[in-house]
Amino acid sequence: MLEIKSLSVHYGGIHALQGIDLSVPEGKIVTLIGANGAGKSTTLRSIVGLVKPTGGKVLLRDAVISGKATQEIVQMGVVLVPEGRRIFPNLTVEENLLLGAYARNDKEGVLKDINHVYALFPRLKERRTQKGGTLSGGEQQMLAVGRGLMSRPKLLMMDEPSLGLAPLIVKMIFEIIKQINAEGTTVLLVEQNAKAALEVADYGYVLETGRITLRGKGQDLLQDDRVRKAYLGEVQ
Amino acid sequence: MNAVTQKKTIALPRNRLYSIIAIVAFILFAFIADRFFDAFTLRVFNLCAIYIVLALSLNLLNGFTGLFSLGHAGFMAVGAYVSALLTMSPQLKDMNYFLVPIVPWLHNVTIPFLPALIIAGLVAALVGFLIGAPVLRLRDDYLAIATLGFGEIIRVLITNAQPITNGAQGLKGLPRFSTTFAVWAVAGLMILFMVLLMRSSYGRAMKAVRDDELAAEAMGINVFRVKVTSFTVSSFWAGVGGALLGHMITTIDPKMFTFMLTFNILLIVVLGGIGSISGSVISAVVVTILMEALRFLDEPMNLVIFKTEGMPGLRMVVFSILLMVMIIYRQRGLMGNEEFSWDMLRGLFVKKGRKGGDHV
Repeated sequence: MLEIKSLSVHYGGIHALQGIDLSVPEGKIVTLIGANGAGKSTTLRSIVGLVKPTGGKVLLRDAVISGKATQEIVQMGVVLVPEGRRIFPNLTVEENLLLGAYARNDKEGVLKDINHVYALFPRLKERRTQKGGTLSGGEQQMLAVGRGLMSRPKLLMMDEPSLGLAPLIVKMIFEIIKQINAEGTTVLLVEQNAKAALEVADYGYVLETGRITLRGKGQDLLQDDRVRKAYLGEVQ
Repeated sequence: MNAVTQKKTIALPRNRLYSIIAIVAFILFAFIADRFFDAFTLRVFNLCAIYIVLALSLNLLNGFTGLFSLGHAGFMAVGAYVSALLTMSPQLKDMNYFLVPIVPWLHNVTIPFLPALIIAGLVAALVGFLIGAPVLRLRDDYLAIATLGFGEIIRVLITNAQPITNGAQGLKGLPRFSTTFAVWAVAGLMILFMVLLMRSSYGRAMKAVRDDELAAEAMGINVFRVKVTSFTVSSFWAGVGGALLGHMITTIDPKMFTFMLTFNILLIVVLGGIGSISGSVISAVVVTILMEALRFLDEPMNLVIFKTEGMPGLRMVVFSILLMVMIIYRQRGLMGNEEFSWDMLRGLFVKKGRKGGDHV
């Protein structure tokens, strides 16, 4: 569904992505793991057009999307749930969700999808008139995921959904990711929590300082010695 | 469960009923005011309406879109001048332009007030768009400085475009079109416009841009376009407000539209609550009345122990103190970014009744 071909990004003099290749097959969960500063967030941001790539291209179903404006890419069905949740703190839960559907025009469909999000996260329904900023971290992450779903994405990209959350909430978020995927949405997941990510993922990529150093099936990477040493904190 | 839903269905129309009663009562009050108030009181009453329009237009920008702009007076000047030039009769123009004659294409133009008011708004909006497109690439303080600069540039241009604007002498004898009906109709329209806008998806997009630009962009909102639209619409209403002000005072000159005017409107917005429609409305009324009621402070006073010679501007000190008190005790203004509701009013009385330990 999504193909990235030798994608390069520079920030000033820094070569943040040095020609990475990555593919996300339809209906799968793909994860990109790596340490801080490896370029994971940059990858997601350049897919959705928030960062302009300096080389290479991004293809969505064989159509080039790199270089397009973010709102066009969102309309084509690619959405990013940004790192650190970044919900709108002064808007209510419901307004946040409605903003997720900003690029859509079908009112009835939006209403239906709001109810679907409420079914996924009953907590959000309880707090629908509350301001986003008053929610707990976990609830905010639910809201961020729900808001992402409101655009009815074909490809949902999540940047560190487990960041700063209690283990129990993390577990729940990953259950939801599996459920969303089971309902037919392709997922590209960026994580530092390599173990949790690889457990749900069909495929995984390891990113190190702007290069992809390893790739493989999620389960295989979990068993891989190099991954275990570098990311799963296993002692030799 | 039944009891709860029942209570809700009763509560809803009751609030609506209160609102209708309040609106009808206000319209009646306006009629009585128009008939029986003396000229000075009526003028203050009508000035409230104009300041409501101006405060809401600035709040749209500062409060709802999060763009800190200080160039409002410039757009008001554009509106005031356009409307004045379009409505004044040729004879009146001849009387005004005794130093440098008016350009011929403006000399014979005289159109009714309503189209002139709309054109005034549109021209101000055009100027807003032209300034906004480059300036809105800046953020925060830089945006404030740039808009402040452009506001002053407009004023300087007006001062120097003598064949068009009559320069520093200003224009005198503008037709007195800002009747009670006209100003309150515009204010009502503005309030309605803001309420509807904030309920629409475009208004939500503005608030999203204010809260988190990057997240808004990731949702597929064209952030730059939203900012420019907000700036243009705000300029439109500033132009309309400026035109109303001109036709109320009946004299306009460039010195009227300095930064102080922007500051007065900003004061209303901040006191009322950045991002609150009802806050701006309440604050516009209170501040306008106080501005006039405190005028005695500027005059010579005899306080037995000491006498003052009259200090122009002393009343502004009251507003400075008010602003400081507000910033210490209620940083987000009177209403914060909440809106007035009957339930809120009821809650206020209930809370007073059983004064508990919980303060928000």
